[in-house]
Amino acid sequence: MRTTLLSSAQVAGFVAAGYLRLDGVVPDELNDQAIDVLEAGIPHLPYGTPIAEAFPEGTFARRLIELPQVAGALHSLVGPGPTVDHHAVHIREPHGGQAQPLHADAIIDTRVDAFDVQLMYYPREVTPDMGGTLVVPGSHLRRVNESDTGRYQNLLGQTRLTCPAGTVMLLHHGIWHGGRRNDSDVRRYMFKIRFNPTVPQVLLWDTSDLADPAVLDELSRRFPWYEQATGRLEIHNRALLWRAMTADPSFDIDYWTTRVNNRPGRAA
Amino acid sequence: MKQQVLVLYLATSALDAQVVGWSRYDGTGRTDPTAGDGDEPPYETGVDALRDGWRLFQASQLIPPYPGHEYDTSFLKHEFFFEKLS
Repeated sequence: MRTTLLSSAQVAGFVAAGYLRLDGVVPDELNDQAIDVLEAGIPHLPYGTPIAEAFPEGTFARRLIELPQVAGALHSLVGPGPTVDHHAVHIREPHGGQAQPLHADAIIDTRVDAFDVQLMYYPREVTPDMGGTLVVPGSHLRRVNESDTGRYQNLLGQTRLTCPAGTVMLLHHGIWHGGRRNDSDVRRYMFKIRFNPTVPQVLLWDTSDLADPAVLDELSRRFPWYEQATGRLEIHNRALLWRAMTADPSFDIDYWTTRVNNRPGRAA
Repeated sequence: MKQQVLVLYLATSALDAQVVGWSRYDGTGRTDPTAGDGDEPPYETGVDALRDGWRLFQASQLIPPYPGHEYDTSFLKHEFFFEKLS
């Protein structure tokens, strides 16, 4: 299986924003089959099923995740042999449904050196009135429990997904998101798969650009909704995640982490 | 008299700081605000909402971080509730 690994700058972008977009990477041939497959439903699985058992060779889902760009991105983030936590088909009827409250999936998750990745696949173009997924960039490291964030309707710099057919998004498990009301005349389809890593998530991508300044630029990004002071903590926490993902305990961004740990002559 | 509620999330604890998040709830039933229904904040700052007739009725407290959790991030900190009666 050929893969296209992510660059360090792309992985840094994921660490900063909490998601990665692969626009239009799924060929029309698969997109055209997707509607029938999603309408028919994809059988539920026991949690934590290996991919080979979850999606046997030749099945739609297997072909989707083995597309070189998708496989490369998944390998770069969760490594080889992830298990399938669960999957779900989300269909939004025309002029139907209510916006979901802003939420993070599952329950509060305090892991600082590991993360799950959620794949979201859109087989059809998503236009502005179709209620594409609301995503809050850079929200994934905030510790919240599911829909406790439901009070927040709009945050500055949020993204309301519009995308071409065949788009795949890969999201950190902690990202704040929600399905929006479909105000169009068209059904909206989305297929989601959550992957659990089975190996340490360390240097799994193409690291040839690890020292490129673009990596630090990505990791230093601030998002418009960040409060002035808490935004600094976001950078600090991102630095800790990058340390874990690169096995480099000296990595830092703007000296935030180093400064507050400098205690000369103190061992504990 | 029915209540309309505007919640603004500001960049600092100051009421004249920039709006970074917002929600609306409409007791009159004339509008139906919901998640992800707009990208432009209704006001630049909290004070701009006052100038437009919104009455502040609650502001979040300043609570020091719990020891050992100084670097944790969670909910937005600077939350201001406003109302209009109509």
